[in-house]
Amino acid sequence: MTTPVLKVRGLRKVYGSTVVLDDLDLTAVEHSCTALIGASGSGKSTLLRCIDLLEVVDDGVVELDGEDITDPRADGNKVRTRIGIVFQSFNLFPHLRVIDNVTLALRRVHKVPRGPAEEAGLAMLDRVGLRARAGARPDELSGGQQQRVAIARALVSKPRLMLFDEVTSALDPELVGEVLSLVRELRADGMTMLLATHEMGFAREVADRVCFLDGGRVLEEGPPEQVLADPLEARTRQFLRRIIDAGRL
Amino acid sequence: MTATSSPPWRPSPRQRERDAYRRARTRRSLLVAVVSSAVVVAVVVLVVGHSSGWPRTRDSFFDLRTGWHDLPALLRALWINLQIMLISEAFILVFAALIAIMRTLRGPVFFPVRFLATLYVDLFRGLPLLIVLLLVGFGIPSLRLQGAPSSPFVLCIIALTLTYTSYVAEVFRAGIESVHPSQAASARALGLSYAQSMRHVVFPQAVRRVLPPLLNDFVSLQKDTSLVSFLGVTEIVLTAENLQSQDFKFVHLVFAALIFVALTVPLTRLTDWIARRQGWINPGSVI
Repeated sequence: MTTPVLKVRGLRKVYGSTVVLDDLDLTAVEHSCTALIGASGSGKSTLLRCIDLLEVVDDGVVELDGEDITDPRADGNKVRTRIGIVFQSFNLFPHLRVIDNVTLALRRVHKVPRGPAEEAGLAMLDRVGLRARAGARPDELSGGQQQRVAIARALVSKPRLMLFDEVTSALDPELVGEVLSLVRELRADGMTMLLATHEMGFAREVADRVCFLDGGRVLEEGPPEQVLADPLEARTRQFLRRIIDAGRL
Repeated sequence: MTATSSPPWRPSPRQRERDAYRRARTRRSLLVAVVSSAVVVAVVVLVVGHSSGWPRTRDSFFDLRTGWHDLPALLRALWINLQIMLISEAFILVFAALIAIMRTLRGPVFFPVRFLATLYVDLFRGLPLLIVLLLVGFGIPSLRLQGAPSSPFVLCIIALTLTYTSYVAEVFRAGIESVHPSQAASARALGLSYAQSMRHVVFPQAVRRVLPPLLNDFVSLQKDTSLVSFLGVTEIVLTAENLQSQDFKFVHLVFAALIFVALTVPLTRLTDWIARRQGWINPGSVI
């Protein structure tokens, strides 16, 4: 068996007296798409932030391609260049043009000269269908367009692993589709990805595994058709019942 | 969210090893800092101590016994500075807030108000404090107006207030404009008037954001109170100079300098502490 791209073991994260992640285990093999579901506050975002080393973990291990990246001796900046993350609220840099948002890491981190960097940036914008808006400022774009730029910005560094943190939660319903179809394309291209999501329908369609987070750990995991349709755990059933009652499944 | 049934958490051996590594790193950084500081101090001491003028300089600038002996006189004079500072600051905060709000009013009706406020800020921000001080200090008494202040103490406060209000007004204005318009909109949506939304929603957020530059101006004002010696007010720096002209020792000025620093540092720490305790400053993540 090959080494999984991502392997999380015994992860613990505490904020003050609140235990957000408690002895959490998770594995993602290459080309897999894992959906993280769970109530708000169940630690989906915290898990993604811990994997991207945006938080210092309180215990446990995150391995990326077999390397323990949570080791204090690991170079966090280097590690983060191998992981792409897309946030719920886009987090584009408002003072930079779209193309400069996309090429910032290429030019400053990977030291690509401006010419080739912009070429790669434009190609990536082309892929997300926004080449024509390369010179625009982020606030001139719709939410869906901004999120697509954010995805392009994360992809341009050719990450090993993509993390999506509820990327459609801040979007108007009619803009959700364009972002989801982009994620779908990435999935088809074989990108290894982890997505925290409230879109159960999308999770069922695109993920090959669904993990239900509860009490700071993965309470239940399995193929979407099983976890989402016929969950073993009472807590999972309860959660899905609420989602269905809200008309979101 | 908290698992109550599970046994109490103990750090894994791996985590204990990481914590030990981090502690070791901290110790190492501390050691590097201490050693490098010691080296710098040693070099300075050697270079300065071996200069030919050092004995004379030491007797004049670092005659601690003389400085200590005359310290009470300095501290008494310091009280003048503190009074001037505190009274001016109270006026400055009120006037600056008013000017800042005047500058943010929109619409043609408010044009004269906006214009005057802008004119005032442009003028007094550009004028050197010393010139304002001399013009106010000698100009107002020369008018011989009935009831016009003639005490240098009061005139100093007027001059400092005039100048610093223009600085602080700009700080406030930057803060007001940094509060997102949606905040004012949602305040108005609740039925608050423009003034009410400014008073209860926008301005409080603005002040929190501009606390550091505000403190900057406060500290700067504290130091500039020594300029009032130009009007003959025997505040701390003038007192130190007077002492120096008697015994030709600069140690009084060194002590006065240290007193200023000793006032500023606790003020900064206090503001930081208050802001943190109130949650005004985002504690931030590690990155």
